[in-house]
Amino acid sequence: MTTEGRVPAVDMRDIRVSFGGVHAVDGVSVNVFPGEVMGLVGGNGAGKSTLMKALSGARPPDEGQILVNGQPASIKNPGDAKHYGIETIYQTLALADNVDAAANVFLGREIVSRFGSLDDAAMESATRKVMTRLNPRFKNFKAPVKSLSGGQRQSVAIARAIQFNAKILIMDEPTAALGPAETAQVRDLVAQLKQEGIAIFLISHDIHDVFDLADRITVMLQGRLVGTVDKNKVTKDEVLGMIIMGKLPDQMNEKELAQLH
Amino acid sequence: MADVSGAAPSVAPPAPAPTSRSFSSLLRSAEVDTRLLGMVAALIISWIIFDVGTGGQFLAPRNLWNLSVQTASVAIMATGMVLIIVSRNIDLSVGSVLGVTGMFMALMQQEWIPRTLNFGYDLWWIWIVTVIAGLALGAAIGLLQGSLVAYVGIPSFVVTLGGLLVWRAVTFMLAQGRTISPLDATFTLLGGGPKGAVGDTVSWIIGIAVSVAIIYALISNRRKRLRFGFPLRPVGAEVLIGAVGVIVVMGAVWVANSYMWPKNLAAQYAADHGIPSPPGGLQIPTGIANPVLIALGIAALMTILATRRRFGRYVFAIGGNPDAAILSGINTKRVIMLTFVTMGVLAAVSAVVATARLQSAVSGLGTGAELSVIAAAVIGGTSFAGGIGTIPGAVLGALIIQSLVSGMQLLKFDNPSQDVAVGVVLVLAVGLDQVLRKRAS
Repeated sequence: MTTEGRVPAVDMRDIRVSFGGVHAVDGVSVNVFPGEVMGLVGGNGAGKSTLMKALSGARPPDEGQILVNGQPASIKNPGDAKHYGIETIYQTLALADNVDAAANVFLGREIVSRFGSLDDAAMESATRKVMTRLNPRFKNFKAPVKSLSGGQRQSVAIARAIQFNAKILIMDEPTAALGPAETAQVRDLVAQLKQEGIAIFLISHDIHDVFDLADRITVMLQGRLVGTVDKNKVTKDEVLGMIIMGKLPDQMNEKELAQLH
Repeated sequence: MADVSGAAPSVAPPAPAPTSRSFSSLLRSAEVDTRLLGMVAALIISWIIFDVGTGGQFLAPRNLWNLSVQTASVAIMATGMVLIIVSRNIDLSVGSVLGVTGMFMALMQQEWIPRTLNFGYDLWWIWIVTVIAGLALGAAIGLLQGSLVAYVGIPSFVVTLGGLLVWRAVTFMLAQGRTISPLDATFTLLGGGPKGAVGDTVSWIIGIAVSVAIIYALISNRRKRLRFGFPLRPVGAEVLIGAVGVIVVMGAVWVANSYMWPKNLAAQYAADHGIPSPPGGLQIPTGIANPVLIALGIAALMTILATRRRFGRYVFAIGGNPDAAILSGINTKRVIMLTFVTMGVLAAVSAVVATARLQSAVSGLGTGAELSVIAAAVIGGTSFAGGIGTIPGAVLGALIIQSLVSGMQLLKFDNPSQDVAVGVVLVLAVGLDQVLRKRAS
């Protein structure tokens, strides 16, 4: 995919986040274009989730600049992020277990009547509609999401993200808790959303997942940016080398690559 | 249960008998809260036992009417406590807030306004001003405590334990331990008593209006689901719910209207109005007591707030998963603070009812009420784990506690035995709930 002359949907520049004295994210820059999937990989504690929390408003960055469609964006809380069309599917799913699917999908953005009463029927109707696209077998619209299976809960979390016409989607380990069939479903969905021109950040431990879905791959190590590479120009081993050694492919030699196995 | 035989095959528990299955499936299709239904059953059984034990005294209109008045004060506060506990907090200060707002209102109408303004005591508006000021004081206390919990991050247990001590002391300091009495004549009508009730005609009108509202709500809800093409409840279930609702409402009105004014009060009234007393005395139906109307109105408002408004939805979401609520963009601190403001206002409403009923304010007013209120909410199904609880459940919980106390009083049990009974029922109710929930999941 050529990115020359186009404006990135999101451009994060020199982002820094620290907890106490620890630099969880230390001057990282990354961007993603509309209709592109940017894979974010790295070991535990690499700072990928923290970097994405800076974008989703869950933990605003201490330093750095975020541009949305080329315009500087001020994201101080999750509400701000949603205002910019940035939706997040958290690894923990972040569902309120005690309420039903529709209440979760619309949490914080409820449909209300003229007098401010919750319009549960309208919300259930919209949820049923989005679910026919995501997971046609989903039936438990009245049950608290606590009683749903892992895959169904994942569907609710995804439904919440795409219900509001997201322009930018952050997916944090979207397939970690899923079986093979459900994983395939999520992959189809990612491809479909990409077609619709949504920019996607995909965080994953699974390098095969990333290679299948991502257009470009950004590697982080201990809070720092190792580099961003075009998926078609690298091998899985080279990306693995970036994750483990923190070196770009052209800095690695044959011997080092061989040691990875 | 422990398996001592060692030979029992490890199979799934036997399927329930067909009759119980069809009954429970009817309940499920009717979307009735089975827990609430269980509480109603427990209440009815205890009423029958008390009635038999007292030789028909318990279910007499007089006792039921008194029971409703005695329940009102705790029920009002319990509706607010549900929201507090559902959002994973606690308010231990409600008894003291009741005390301080009650004393404040009593002093205002009895001393401050008449003395400062030199208006005298017979001002028609004095009770309105004092009630508004009392509610404002309750809101202000709630705002202070809620802000300390939500914005400063002090645990609610600590903040409100401090509040329990402070507001009780302030209650004492306000009046230096004096009893403030008597109170404004109109004000005291808010506390009940035969004159503090709406009479039979208004009671019937209220009963009919509520019945119509129940039927309207059922029909409009069904229409809405039909319009969206959602699955519907069977018509039989809808009719059953509507019929039970109307029967309960009209039955309660009938009981309230069956309670006649006491003979001497009726004779006094007859003499004052020049009505000749018939043999056996003038029969004046009392109707629903004012504090009961206030409690029911508040329960209805709080139910709407909890289930039909964003605020209530957020309170439950915070209780279910605080992180998820924050990540959804909800201003959770503001919501938590507002639950405490609501609780403060409700404690003040309770103070109106309690002081008006006693026709005086004392320093000890509402002492220990926090425990009854928390017990009512918990017996009513509110979970300390957060996210679970209903307003009608809490009101029913308050009624169950008061029924136990009242029934045991009639049976001549002493106060300690009453406390034992309430304590046992509290633990039993929560224990049973745990067992049933575990089996359900």
